[in-house]
Amino acid sequence: MTALAGTGGMIRLILRRDRFLMPAWMLVAVLIPVNFVAATDKLYPTAAERLKYANTSGTNATFLALYGPLFDSGLGSIVAQRSGFIPVVLGLIASLTVVRHTRTEEEAGRRELLGATIMGRGAALAAALAVTCAAGLVIAALLTAGMAAQGLPLAGSLAFGLELGLAVCVFAAVAGVAAQLTEGAGAARGLSVAALGAAFTVRLAADVGGAGNGLSWLGWLSPLGWLQRIRPYAGERWWVLAMVVALSAALVAAAAALSARRDVGAGIMAPRLGPPDASPRLNGAFGLGWRLQSRALYGWLAGFAALGLVYGGVAGSVEQLVDDNPDLREIFTKLGGESAIVDAYFASVMSMLGLFAAAYAVSATLRLRAEESGQRAEPLLATPVGRLRWAASHLVFTLLGSAAVLAAGGLMAGFAHGVDDGDPGREVPRVLGAAMAQLPAVWLVAAVAMAIYGLAPRYSAAGWAVVAVAGVITLFGTSLDLAQIVLDVSPFTHVPKLPGHDFSATPLLWLLAVTAALGAAGLAGFRRRDLALG
Amino acid sequence: MTTDSIPISVRGLVKTFGRTRALDGLDLTVREGEVHGFLGPNGAGKSTTIRVLLGMLRADEGTARLLGGDPWHDATELHRRLAYVPGDVTLWPNLSGGEVIDLLGRMRGGTDQRRKAELLERFELDPRKKGRAYSKGNRQKVGLVAALSSGAELLILDEPTSGLDPLMEEVFQECVREERDRGRTVLLSSHILSEVEALCDRVTIIRNGAAVETGTLADLRHLTRTSIDAELARSPGGLADLPGVHDLRVDGGRVRCEIDTTRLDGVLRLLADGGVQSLSIRPPTLEELFLRHYKDDLAAEEAAHAAASADREGRAS
Repeated sequence: MTALAGTGGMIRLILRRDRFLMPAWMLVAVLIPVNFVAATDKLYPTAAERLKYANTSGTNATFLALYGPLFDSGLGSIVAQRSGFIPVVLGLIASLTVVRHTRTEEEAGRRELLGATIMGRGAALAAALAVTCAAGLVIAALLTAGMAAQGLPLAGSLAFGLELGLAVCVFAAVAGVAAQLTEGAGAARGLSVAALGAAFTVRLAADVGGAGNGLSWLGWLSPLGWLQRIRPYAGERWWVLAMVVALSAALVAAAAALSARRDVGAGIMAPRLGPPDASPRLNGAFGLGWRLQSRALYGWLAGFAALGLVYGGVAGSVEQLVDDNPDLREIFTKLGGESAIVDAYFASVMSMLGLFAAAYAVSATLRLRAEESGQRAEPLLATPVGRLRWAASHLVFTLLGSAAVLAAGGLMAGFAHGVDDGDPGREVPRVLGAAMAQLPAVWLVAAVAMAIYGLAPRYSAAGWAVVAVAGVITLFGTSLDLAQIVLDVSPFTHVPKLPGHDFSATPLLWLLAVTAALGAAGLAGFRRRDLALG
Repeated sequence: MTTDSIPISVRGLVKTFGRTRALDGLDLTVREGEVHGFLGPNGAGKSTTIRVLLGMLRADEGTARLLGGDPWHDATELHRRLAYVPGDVTLWPNLSGGEVIDLLGRMRGGTDQRRKAELLERFELDPRKKGRAYSKGNRQKVGLVAALSSGAELLILDEPTSGLDPLMEEVFQECVREERDRGRTVLLSSHILSEVEALCDRVTIIRNGAAVETGTLADLRHLTRTSIDAELARSPGGLADLPGVHDLRVDGGRVRCEIDTTRLDGVLRLLADGGVQSLSIRPPTLEELFLRHYKDDLAAEEAAHAAASADREGRAS
């Protein structure tokens, strides 16, 4: 197989480049579920308490939407459900890893340098897929051991390990195909993330109505749905594994076939010629900023609107669950009636939106770093455009773009829920307000990224770590039983729980003050330092 | 001449990156209306100097004046009056070449569409291609067209022709001459010595972050040696005793040597006395000039090494 000549060398190159990053995400992916076991066991020590949990929280619409179905009230099943969002995160990481080692390399021209050595044309793709899938299988093995070591059944642990590990393989293969289609790495990443988003949305629609609802067949249309239907610790269905493996293999074969047919550097989708002259709108730093950032913003807006529609559309079934469940009704009657559970649901869903918006804000901010280290900032800064103006042309997206995506998500959620319960006039402003309340926390995360970029540009990628830390704390903080002082690290902990609770401006003003200080420090640092060049 | 009318004036410039001393007391003066060649081996500090002049990097010591202003503090104002082409033009992958040219032109205060069209034709550049579709040479052309159509009074060109074919190199040289004839000042950093010889009024050679030579090409030639190859009727006497004669090789009536250019007169007189049958005198090329500085450097390094190892051996015994 001459097409694969040199794959071994490519594998070593990838392992060398990812020697810190890859073990880090693998470790986090293993440690979170392993910690869930002890934390869940502590919260619900007896079978009766677990059954109660299964009938209340475990089957509420938020959990079903985010994590998928709960198949059984055993400890293993509860942990497996609570880990239901991890395959999505792993799928995202796997996609980005594969695109980074294939299309990004090609676009930068480094692939050509290697391609002239003894290297088959399929070697780069094969190596990226091999390393990423191997990482998935190592995660599966470690999880099997880690879960079984805490007294959970071995068969279930193996099924659970493979559920998470195979998520890596499937979405690595999806990205492998996407990387063959487009010339640009950004477009390949976009395609992969869109595929992941579609798989998640389909799975969410299938599961949110609870077990046996009319749409649950949809789960068989999404690889994420398949993974959960392996049913770890609840009568494992091993044949589903075969489906996942077959899909991955088919995608890998498709990627290999596409890769064999195309030229190095080219995509299957042909590039179009551009205009010979710039339109009047491309007239300076802000015109260019708009050109570079607007497409991504449209994508995020569409994603937030879709997510908002789903979140809002689902809210009604949360009320239904309460009606069906006497235990739950009792709890929420004490808390302030049925509307309290919907409010609590929206509060938790809106902090999710906030996290996604923070990811957008950081990506918009770090565009500065990409432009600078890609040496595209230098020719601009050699014109009369000052550094602050150039930075502002991107930061305006950080600030206003994140507000726009939150507004899109909040509006659609409020609208969908309002149409559902017949009172959009009441629901839209309430839910929209809850979404917008996240904004100061979102900005704070972006301000940390800006401060790092301005003061220590080499560590700019750490901005993503800030999103990750806030995400782990917000999504898993309470289930991991973290101390309040740790929870307080995430700015989202300080956002008032809207709708439902009283709005208090004080914490938001604090968040804004810290944001302003960090942002100013970052800008001052950027103005004063040398440009990082090559 | 006041300092304000000197487009670029740099004195004792020092710039360090960590432990590396990229610029080590550099002096550079570019006069109004001249094309100034900026020569030096890779890593000598040419691009660092240019980036200090553009306000991208902040100098650690020394003074730099650009168009009468401070390149760091007055960057925005000064950039209205200059255009810059980096040695490696990087483009936005999804913008066409024409869009980049217009964008950079507008940021400098407007593009001359006629001049742009003319330059596109002369450089044979298709402005509709997207950034990622251009080859290295074509990316350089995008940068050159943007800078040359700007009408800026100072052009700062950092190895602008890397990747251009000889025909395009020709076009580039014509364009630079036209710019000079319009009274513009050009700082041209380059590796291509024929380009510098063809274009530059004065040159500065830098090595290890400091200027080692500066002046007109004639000045520099004067400082160096001329090669002589002569066929004489009689074997010349006393040539070896003349000051300024090097590498003398006498083979019957054939005489070859290198002469300090300032001593040319006396040598020729002596040769004439020997009955010249044929004579070729070659002035030094810029290449030789350049290589001599380069080789001196190597020789000095070797000597330092030898001294260091001798020192070590001395201590060991």
